[in-house]
Amino acid sequence: MTNLLLAAEQSAELLPPGAIGRVLWLVPLLPFVAFFVILFFGKRMPRRGHTVGILAVATGLVLSLLAFFELVGNRAPIERSWTWFQFAGGQSLRLEFGMTVDFFTTVMFVVVCTISLLVQIYSTGYMHDDSRYTWFYAALSLFTASMLFMVIANNLLQLFIGWEGVGVCSYFLIGHFWEEKENSSAAIKAFITTKIGDTGFLFGIFVLFAAGHTFNIAELNHLAEEGEIGGTVLTVGALLLFMGAVGKSAQFPLHVWLPDAMAGPTPVSALIHAATMVVAGVYMVARMLPLFEHAGAALDVVAVIAAITMLIAALLALVQDDIKKVLAYSTISQLGYMMAALGVGAYTAAIFHLFTHAFFKALLFLGSGSVIHAVHSNNMSDMGGLRRYMPHTFKTFIIGSLGLAGVFPLAGFFSKDEIVGEALRAANEGQRFTAWVVFISALVTAFLTALYMTRACVKTFWGEYRGHGHPHESPGSMVTPLWILAGATMTVGFLGFPVVGPFKNWITLPGEEHHGFETLYNLVLPVASVALALAAIWLGWQMFERGRFKVDILAGPFAWTYQLLENKYYLDDLYLKGIVKPVQYPLAAAAYWSNQHILDGIVNGVASATVSSARVVYEDIDQQVVDFAVNGAAGLTGWTGGMLRYIQSGNVQRYAAVLFAGVAVFVALFALL
Amino acid sequence: MEWVDGWGVSLATFLPAVGTVVLLFVPSERERLVKWLGLAFSFAALAIGALVLLRYDFGASGYQLEVIKSWIPQIDANYHVGLDGMSLPLFELSLLVSFLCIVYLFFHVPEPGKPKALIALTLLLETGMTGTFVALDLILFFIFWEVVLVPMYFMIGIWGGPRREYAAVKFFLYTLFGSVFMLLGFLALWFRAGTFDIVALQELGAAAEIGTRLFQNLVFLGLFLGFAIKVPMWPFHTWLPDAHTEAPTIGSVLLAAILLKMGTYGFIRIALPILPQAAVDFAPIIGVLAVIAIIYGALCCFAQTDLKRLIAFSSVGHMGFVMLGIATLTDRGINGAIFGMVAHGLITGMLFFLAGSIHERYHTRAIAELGGVLAQIPRFGSVFTYAAIASLGLPGLAGFWGEMLALLGSYQPAAVLDDALFRVLMVGGGIGTVLTAGYLLWTVQRVNLGRVPERFAGERIVDVTGIEWAAWSPLLALIIAAGLYPKLVLGVTDSAVQSLLGVFGVGS
Repeated sequence: MTNLLLAAEQSAELLPPGAIGRVLWLVPLLPFVAFFVILFFGKRMPRRGHTVGILAVATGLVLSLLAFFELVGNRAPIERSWTWFQFAGGQSLRLEFGMTVDFFTTVMFVVVCTISLLVQIYSTGYMHDDSRYTWFYAALSLFTASMLFMVIANNLLQLFIGWEGVGVCSYFLIGHFWEEKENSSAAIKAFITTKIGDTGFLFGIFVLFAAGHTFNIAELNHLAEEGEIGGTVLTVGALLLFMGAVGKSAQFPLHVWLPDAMAGPTPVSALIHAATMVVAGVYMVARMLPLFEHAGAALDVVAVIAAITMLIAALLALVQDDIKKVLAYSTISQLGYMMAALGVGAYTAAIFHLFTHAFFKALLFLGSGSVIHAVHSNNMSDMGGLRRYMPHTFKTFIIGSLGLAGVFPLAGFFSKDEIVGEALRAANEGQRFTAWVVFISALVTAFLTALYMTRACVKTFWGEYRGHGHPHESPGSMVTPLWILAGATMTVGFLGFPVVGPFKNWITLPGEEHHGFETLYNLVLPVASVALALAAIWLGWQMFERGRFKVDILAGPFAWTYQLLENKYYLDDLYLKGIVKPVQYPLAAAAYWSNQHILDGIVNGVASATVSSARVVYEDIDQQVVDFAVNGAAGLTGWTGGMLRYIQSGNVQRYAAVLFAGVAVFVALFALL
Repeated sequence: MEWVDGWGVSLATFLPAVGTVVLLFVPSERERLVKWLGLAFSFAALAIGALVLLRYDFGASGYQLEVIKSWIPQIDANYHVGLDGMSLPLFELSLLVSFLCIVYLFFHVPEPGKPKALIALTLLLETGMTGTFVALDLILFFIFWEVVLVPMYFMIGIWGGPRREYAAVKFFLYTLFGSVFMLLGFLALWFRAGTFDIVALQELGAAAEIGTRLFQNLVFLGLFLGFAIKVPMWPFHTWLPDAHTEAPTIGSVLLAAILLKMGTYGFIRIALPILPQAAVDFAPIIGVLAVIAIIYGALCCFAQTDLKRLIAFSSVGHMGFVMLGIATLTDRGINGAIFGMVAHGLITGMLFFLAGSIHERYHTRAIAELGGVLAQIPRFGSVFTYAAIASLGLPGLAGFWGEMLALLGSYQPAAVLDDALFRVLMVGGGIGTVLTAGYLLWTVQRVNLGRVPERFAGERIVDVTGIEWAAWSPLLALIIAAGLYPKLVLGVTDSAVQSLLGVFGVGS
């Protein structure tokens, strides 16, 4: 890894400035092309197509690293854009197709490509026997391409297209084992829940476009800073954008899709949770942060929602038996941290946490996949004692868990503390109540995080094996990515080391100051938070390994909390019984009933009334009355009566002729008017 | 190539009808000859359509490749045809889809057979549809409009499902009912303005020289009934599910892909530009009905048990988006509407092909009986998923732009319209997109995913055949092409839309 970095750094110096950055659009294009190649030719290829996907994203990773080092000397973002479509006329709609490449872009690119590459290598082992192996690789490539396309976009509409592309790929991958109905239902749930947020997002784009006449991200931020867009419009626009992020980044109350998304193959979970999909919302809010900061209460809403999210998800992680669901709730909780950081205006800290989280969360998911691969069950009640059978998985999983728990000197420690510190600073200096909420919630969640990860580790790796068969260590293709990620978890945190770490120089908003670990209370904070994590680990060890402090959660005064958690705060029930079922049955049935009996009833009623009145005209008037009158008048009525016959025989052309005769009457009327 | 400028459009329009006449003289036993002749005529029309595309100047606005010949001098009706950015995409679409339908007929002649009659009718239908989009004279327009009814009536009535007679008569009479009012409107215009020429009427309309506001509104009401029934707009849509459900596959495809667009096209070609003041008065009503259609259509889809009927109801919702776009009276909305028409033609046409092919393979369209199609015939299942996802408006595929532009237009409707109302409509449309995604994915789950039901498990079901690939791949390719490169449609339509909006003084 270090050699690769060095080599990249050296070769970046040989090229003219900006050369790689300007062609960084190749990075999303490569997996996009790979998608089609794998889709159409993959099955005929020697390795069933996986080489194409792996090569595409590996090339992308190299390019991203080159671009990253290229930007070290030149901090100005590289902007390129082409007109996709321009409507004629003055202040008119311009669809832009463009890219922004700055440090943030390249950091995201490196994360996405690294995780995608490792996931794809890992999957050659994990998915080896899958009947839709080739399609799986095609979908992974499209997933990666959509995410990269979203990240590089310089305007919201293009970002939205990538965003939705990510959504549909997640639908495919979560529902990969679609023979079982639960899996395809989970995929639909993910798609529809995020689509609700996306609709808000799209409207937010409209609101901002209407106010600023542009979709361009930099321009919109600038307009908000200049006050050209402001007031209610800006607040509403920002909140609608955030609605998209709530769906995609699984924030309360739209987080319900994410635990179900565990129905997908585990490598997909790793990809969704670490690099693609869920961080999309955080990415978008981060990109739009200057706008959010001027959007009145919008940032407070972000902070509060995020604070609620991190806390409720961490509590849910405590009661799960499915190891992947523990990790799923932990992802929701950690996304809460990132979003909360943005909510207190801590741009760099949010992105740094996104960056470190990608590594240890991918590590934990791939590690859990390795465990599941060995014991053929997701449930921790079927595991236990696995540290003896799978030493590599065990060691790397522990590293990942400590990273997540925020123990010094692993990655999560640096990034989480940065967020806690920034929240405290915002609370003190900015006098913001919501920053206090974030600060308290972040501390409590830190404690809970260490506790539930201790519980998961103990249940999986300590004690006696409770499952069937003989678990064994996974093959090299799976273990190697684990160690690479473990290495990253141990090292990347130092990029954000107080004062000297370079990360904060890479990623800054223009005009943002850095306060990380500079004042006295921030020196106290890391010590306190590590102590908090260690206390939680100790408590967890005592509770789950040693069996002390047993609280009977099924009965007694706290039973209701257990019920509440077990039922996921009843949110799923609320949505299912309050929205989904009513739409599927009574509402739909009522609409269709009214269609068949009211609307169509009128149509059929008019038809039969016509037939009946024609019968009256013919039988009662024509035959009885007019027959005695002059022949000319009788002929006319006979025509009308004839309609009856035509309708009954279905001889429509002649009926048409009658109608046109009627038209002639109207013509005469119009002529007189 | 010069000749294309003059008679190319007419040739493309009438060649299929010539084919119908030629087929009358071919003995019906010679099925292969009949099929090849049908293919040859529709291909020739398509080829001329391609030449038209080459001769068309995309930079210019206004009508092109025009022909004006005196036709019925007594009432001042002319043979006047021509194309602009609004009609060109629909003109090309009807040539393409008709051709693909005849390709499909090569191996898929439905009960009770008679390929000669079916192909002859398809060709006649093609002339009617194409003619509607090129006519620039109200009488000519009306004749093409009515010509369409006859072949479709027989198509449903002869080759249709169990309730074909009811569906065919309902389709015919309902549409005819509307077109009588439309004709009254045309005649009223003639009495007031003294011409049937659409171009001349548009100029008068732009100059606000056609009648009082009351007169305009009355005439608009007549045209509205004719067009709204054809679209079909809620609550005039009830003929559509019956017609679609009973029609043979190609009937449904043509109905969805082209026939419905005649109604929406009528609005933007005739009603809006000629009667701009009335259009402003009617726009809120149209917008409200459109959003009702979106939500109502989606809800009805949830209640369907028959796959084909479900797709039919989905058309009600999708055409709702088209009408919402038109109701905004903005360049975004109307460009989006035309995009939506093209996209719906491609996508829903494709879905009806698929529903037909599912019926042929499994001998049922009952959603509850189907399942595991993707497992049994993976290529077919993939195409089905692709079409369903395109239909729910996924960005990157054709369905997105029409919906997105219609909603964007509703956020900022024309200055003369009520912002607040249209923003409510936008939110309604947004809810509609979520519902649409819901019922489509649910349908995919029930039809496509899961295990193969026992009754089909032993059967050998063929995957997509060569002839199906031939008929479908142009649609599949255009769906993604228009999605990734929206200029493909917008680049054609925008100049015409801008000149239409000049009438409202709200060009942008």
